[in-house]
Amino acid sequence: MALNPKKHEMPSQAPEVRAHNFNEVALGYMAEIAVEEAQRCLECKNRPCVSACPVNISIPEFIHEIKNGEFEKAYQVIYGSSSLPAVCGRVCPQETQCESKCTMGIKFEPVGIGRLERFVADWHNENTCENPIVPARRGYSVAIVGSGPSGLTCAGDLAKKGYDVTVYEALHAAGGVLVYGIPEFRLPKAIVAKEVEGLKQWGVDVQTDVVIGKTLTIDELFDMGYDAVFIGSGAGLPNFMHIPGESLKTVYSANEFLTRSNLMKAYRDDPTTPIMKGGNVAVVGGGNVAMDAARTALRLGAENVYIVYRRSMDELPARKEEVEHAVEEGIQFKLLMNPVEIIGYDNPDDKRDPKNGNVTAIRCIHMELGEPDAKGRRRPVAVPGSEEDIPVDTVVIAIGTSPNPLIKSTTKGLEVNDHGGIIVNEDGLTSREGVYAGGDAVTGAATVISAMGAGKTAAAAIHEYLSKKEKF
Amino acid sequence: MFKIVHRKALKPTVISIEVEAPLVAKKAKPGQFIILRVDEDGERIPLTVAGCNREEGTVRVIFHVAGATTKKLKYVPEGGYIADFVGPLGNPTEMEGMKRVCVVGGGIGCAIAMPIATAFHEAGCEVTTIIGFRNKDLVILEDEFRAASDNLIIMSDDGSYGREGNVTVPLKEMLAAGEKFDTVIVFGPLVMMKFTTLTCKEFGQPCTVSMCPIMIDGTGMCGGCRLTLHKDGKDVTAFACVDGPDFNGYEVDFDAAILRSRTYAEFEKHAYDEACNLFKAADEAEAAAAKA
Repeated sequence: MALNPKKHEMPSQAPEVRAHNFNEVALGYMAEIAVEEAQRCLECKNRPCVSACPVNISIPEFIHEIKNGEFEKAYQVIYGSSSLPAVCGRVCPQETQCESKCTMGIKFEPVGIGRLERFVADWHNENTCENPIVPARRGYSVAIVGSGPSGLTCAGDLAKKGYDVTVYEALHAAGGVLVYGIPEFRLPKAIVAKEVEGLKQWGVDVQTDVVIGKTLTIDELFDMGYDAVFIGSGAGLPNFMHIPGESLKTVYSANEFLTRSNLMKAYRDDPTTPIMKGGNVAVVGGGNVAMDAARTALRLGAENVYIVYRRSMDELPARKEEVEHAVEEGIQFKLLMNPVEIIGYDNPDDKRDPKNGNVTAIRCIHMELGEPDAKGRRRPVAVPGSEEDIPVDTVVIAIGTSPNPLIKSTTKGLEVNDHGGIIVNEDGLTSREGVYAGGDAVTGAATVISAMGAGKTAAAAIHEYLSKKEKF
Repeated sequence: MFKIVHRKALKPTVISIEVEAPLVAKKAKPGQFIILRVDEDGERIPLTVAGCNREEGTVRVIFHVAGATTKKLKYVPEGGYIADFVGPLGNPTEMEGMKRVCVVGGGIGCAIAMPIATAFHEAGCEVTTIIGFRNKDLVILEDEFRAASDNLIIMSDDGSYGREGNVTVPLKEMLAAGEKFDTVIVFGPLVMMKFTTLTCKEFGQPCTVSMCPIMIDGTGMCGGCRLTLHKDGKDVTAFACVDGPDFNGYEVDFDAAILRSRTYAEFEKHAYDEACNLFKAADEAEAAAAKA
């Protein structure tokens, strides 16, 4: 059989349909398609895909199992390296990781590794309901701060090794950014809940409504008897542009906009938590969070949704598939533009006019790409006198976050860098003995999979640390 | 789930509840707040801690029935449960080195002012308290304030109880007469805090305000509670949940905060009307009982 030069298409909801619902966009491969796609894998000896995966999943091995129709075996291969396969198959930027190094990709399109991973995870979730054989307890306990991707990964790896693990979550639901940030249409909440349930079967205890740094401190966790702590508390405070008009009523941080829609379910017809719906919406930023916010706004009923980004299409940091989906759905890209002011309604005759303080436009200046900066990205430079007003009713600012100060300010001896990120060594160890950290709390805003990689590294280091420790 | 172990209606629309939450009770200090959800899929609302019983592991909060969520909360009976109760959040009120303070409370803000006045009193401060209400029927916590204050002044807008006028009237008299406080600390509606701050400013009197903006997570993630502060000639963004809730009144951009507080006014009114409809029978039964 001749090799198919192209990846098998991902079945998806049609753009004009999905733009008006919150159901998942990509529908997943059927078994026959998955097997056919798996046939495209050459199972090459040097396995470049594995080293390009932040958690080093044995990719050719799991694809080999798919070829044989052994989907559960394929799942077990993935689960050995990743605690959240159904999540990663959906949100990893495969084009810059495993698939970017695929040997097939040199001449043709790379193997659809992400799509195959998702297929295997979904197949397992639908067809398997065995309880795992929980290993013998080691008598050590570990507290995990935060139930996002790094925390859940670290918790899963340690529980599988026989540690007693408690995950502390500040919000009322487990999953961190997977439930408050990433929208339903990209990562259904039921999938996250299923992955969390899976970890509970391994003995992981999840405590919601506990804010570490407030309800309990890191030191108190040790007083309570935990032998090690992993901090995966996420990115925290949203950044703003510090331009006039940012305190207007209908200006959101992406975190707030997405939290209202996702965690608080404001997208429903009868929500208890409100959100601005309809009108024209400008989302400032070019990352995955910006794409999520823009596509959420569209689904909430916006007429026009603009992505305002100061560089060009080539520099958009978002995952490629998300940009493609956004374009297909009709999100309009206002490129090489940078906001300088947000303009609001103000009725000079009536201070109590309910429209006062609503956004009416976002004033942007046109940009040109100049010399490359230290990271090699061409620096945008403002074109003097080129300001233009885009009429909008809502502005969502998605330009990143800064680390949360709560843990740092209540943990003596925990060192952080100039940006507030927790300083760790290559094992994820912080400046405090027995305290490890990873994910956005260390790096600032990054990807789900890099956070998972950090959680994995820390779990291995915690295992090594506790293996050497005498239990009194 | 968190149990409501004690419930008392101070007024038909002002309810005090004590919630079993041992971890929060152990930690909470005056000036901090909690966030609760009444039920699954409910809204998250912040409420200031009004006291705690560390032995019994309970936390007291006082709420004004003003919206859909507080309406629902009103009808959770003693012994009933609410879905979530998380805290303590925010920073405690700064009390270090304070010897003479003036606590100013307006309306439901008095529920927050009372524990602060008590805390200052217990710390050995000389406490002057000014509390203001719309009318006699809305006066709350008078006995508690009296016990905590060296000097208590009660104001009502219509003169039906105490002195007539708003809280800035006696404050201005005192400051004009040369009174000096280590701080004047204000709890109440934004407009009232704005004008109390202006009164203080007139006399160079330091002034602290307790901000309670729209909030979701309360841990520094969503940014919904942001305020604009005028600091050293620059506009700075601050977050009430992690930087506050207490701020130097001189620095707060009240006009922006007032606008932002009205963002969901229409939605909230609609949700409240729906909740009222839902609890109509219960409300009528209560009104009938009050009459009898």
